[in-house]
Amino acid sequence: MHDVAAHAAHHVPPTSFIRKHVFSLDHKVIGKQYYALALVAALAGMVLSWFMRIHLGWTNAAIPGLQLLSKNGAPGGLITPEYYLQLMTMHGTIMVFFVLTTAPFAAFGNFFLPIQVGAEDMPFPHFNMMSFWVTFVAFLVLMSSFVLGDGPTLGGWTQYAPLNAVGSVAGPGQGLGVVLWAASIALFCVGQLLGSLNFITTTLDLRVKGMSLLRLPLTAWAWFITSCMGLTAFAVLMPACILVILDHVAGTSFFVASNLVINDQVQPHSGGSTLLWQHLFWFFGHPEVYIAIVPGIGIVSHILITNMRKPMLSHRTLIYSMGALAVLSYMVYGHHMFVSGMNPYSSLAFSFPTLVITIPSTVIVLIQVFSLYGSRLRINSASLFSLGFISMFVAGGVSGFFLAQPSIDIMLHATYFVVGHFHMVMGVAAMFGIFAATYFWFPKMTGRMMNETLGKIHFWLSFVGAYCIFMPFHYLGMAGNVRRYSTFVDDFLQPLIPVHRFITVAALITGAAQLIFLYNLIHSRFWGAPAPDNPWQATSLEWSTPTPPPFDNFAGKLPVVYHDPYQYGVQSSVGDYVMQASPEQVKTENDEK
Amino acid sequence: MATTIHEPLQIDPHRLPDQGHSGNGGWRNLVPADGDLRVALDYSPPPSSTGIWVVLFAITMMFAAFTSALIVRKGSSLDWQTFKLPSILYFNTLLLLASSVALEVSRRRVATFMGGLKSQVENPARWLHITLFLGLLFVVGQYAAWAQLRAEGLYLATNPSSSFFYVLTVTHALHVLGGLVGLIYVIRKLSKSALRRSTLVATARYWHFMGILWLYLLLLLWMKL
Repeated sequence: MHDVAAHAAHHVPPTSFIRKHVFSLDHKVIGKQYYALALVAALAGMVLSWFMRIHLGWTNAAIPGLQLLSKNGAPGGLITPEYYLQLMTMHGTIMVFFVLTTAPFAAFGNFFLPIQVGAEDMPFPHFNMMSFWVTFVAFLVLMSSFVLGDGPTLGGWTQYAPLNAVGSVAGPGQGLGVVLWAASIALFCVGQLLGSLNFITTTLDLRVKGMSLLRLPLTAWAWFITSCMGLTAFAVLMPACILVILDHVAGTSFFVASNLVINDQVQPHSGGSTLLWQHLFWFFGHPEVYIAIVPGIGIVSHILITNMRKPMLSHRTLIYSMGALAVLSYMVYGHHMFVSGMNPYSSLAFSFPTLVITIPSTVIVLIQVFSLYGSRLRINSASLFSLGFISMFVAGGVSGFFLAQPSIDIMLHATYFVVGHFHMVMGVAAMFGIFAATYFWFPKMTGRMMNETLGKIHFWLSFVGAYCIFMPFHYLGMAGNVRRYSTFVDDFLQPLIPVHRFITVAALITGAAQLIFLYNLIHSRFWGAPAPDNPWQATSLEWSTPTPPPFDNFAGKLPVVYHDPYQYGVQSSVGDYVMQASPEQVKTENDEK
Repeated sequence: MATTIHEPLQIDPHRLPDQGHSGNGGWRNLVPADGDLRVALDYSPPPSSTGIWVVLFAITMMFAAFTSALIVRKGSSLDWQTFKLPSILYFNTLLLLASSVALEVSRRRVATFMGGLKSQVENPARWLHITLFLGLLFVVGQYAAWAQLRAEGLYLATNPSSSFFYVLTVTHALHVLGGLVGLIYVIRKLSKSALRRSTLVATARYWHFMGILWLYLLLLLWMKL
């Protein structure tokens, strides 16, 4: 039997508008769609954070027009405590799922992974298209909770049991809002599982001739490792969401304990385990942190190497460290539960790998920093944001050493210290990775250059602004400032209000600075200078294709890979680098033996 | 702004012009770093054979999550009530196992049929139809088991044990239905003589996995309910 294995999908270029731009099978279009979705979600999440910050700084200040969004939640524009929690929940959910997962992983991974491995498309383009549209529907379902029922859920992005499972007796949005939240996240899981399927098979099976695993660029490795994490994590979160929905609509008792009294009403559930939800959620939730950050590690390494004009000190160690992060991320999740009442020995068992996971993180940062040493780094928006990524990752990561120890975490867990920690280490750092990737790959994606001056202004405002916002959070936490409070009326909290006002002003300015980026993005898309094929003199395969890449990526001629991904600092006919697809032989010490 | 330097693309000399696919550097085909392409193999596994393992891994993780939930939930409270599994489940098990055997028979027939010995072999689609029929019968049998439990007054929310019974069996049945869709796709492709071996192999792996998963679930339910 003759087996004709059609490895990549071979769909003819579409002609209709719908097939070309809406229900497209082309991984590049799908990548851009993911990027657009992440952009809209990021703007929504940022505006929600503005509402929260204004309320925290000036509790009695009415936000004009907010009552249009929720009549009961913000009567006269004044945010009620419940509505504050609803805004907080939606900010977290939108940012973690629809920005930090979709942009660095799904958006850039979709666009560039197939090109970087030398494939014409993903192997299962229909699944790829479904992946985006299911994610899009998930976003709509989540956002619909703003207008349906009594608003979105107020349970936080972690949706802890039992309040996520008892219905509207637990507060506004805890009825329909939770069901919409869980349905949205379950759909999101389906979308990301389909994406992971394509990413893994693309990396393993569609590499072009000569592209051995170690010749993959660090970005391709990062996306591959992330997709392995996503495959494991989202496959666990989805059943958890199904069980929550059943507790809600079918009257089961998976997560609600017996004789639970809420608002003087005994809940009609029995025997459920509240800790069960936390275990299922954090088994997903901690790897999710790495799903957000590992693509960023790959992206900034890739960008820094290009701008340093030399490879990282150890290509392999970086890959192994990212792999170690992925494996360890499943063994540390219990550190989110130190104050949950689980067995103290479990805390110890989770504390140890949490301290161990700092080793690969430190190795990654040290390799990046020591590689920078002595290099003549080209300063541009992409390399600046890459440096910003490292800075944020370190500054946010250092507080992780403290939080990893249960005895300290018990004191700090419910305070702004944790908020500062995770916003820096996974939020802002990952956002900087997204910005760096945008400035770096925008020319290839659109065929036009972005404005560098605006990019640098955007960087400095964001960099200084992010530190002004999130560093004081650590101070607030150590001063005992409890998180999730909408107003600070206690005696010991009132002296901290000026700090909150400073943070609010910084947040508004930093948020406004993102409008510079938005302007740059839209203006450059239509009126930017035309981009050459390889503006950064980079070596990986995406720079071997025309700009923007044709429908089948390589215009019918598949490249052959002759070199390691980062052959810089060599003498070749084109300059100080040799491209992966160039047959030119150059003498170099960096050839992996 | 840097100058444009565009490397000319290299045409893969081993690639036939009408093949039109990338990916001849599959994951078992690690090319030495010295770039000597003569040792590179032309064959690599098609993505569907890797992809199906990825799918099966995700399904395994999902049922692992349900299993751990069951164990934790059972241990967390004293309200767990055991009940006798409907005996039709054992008959359904035989149906599913028989369908796997039928699928293996059809795979052999398809191989011979596609090998050109068409006159000697009956249409292999018949055994695929038998597999499909047995699979459908399994789902109907599962429905009968749910009906029997309902008649006994055991509903989804009656007790955590019945909750888990329904959640596990319904989720499994939905995955079996997915497998049936795959079988219908295979039959259609075969009737058009456009069936790829990799498609059939991937479908078969999925289908056999459904059988193994069911045996596991039956054992779990038998032990825990």
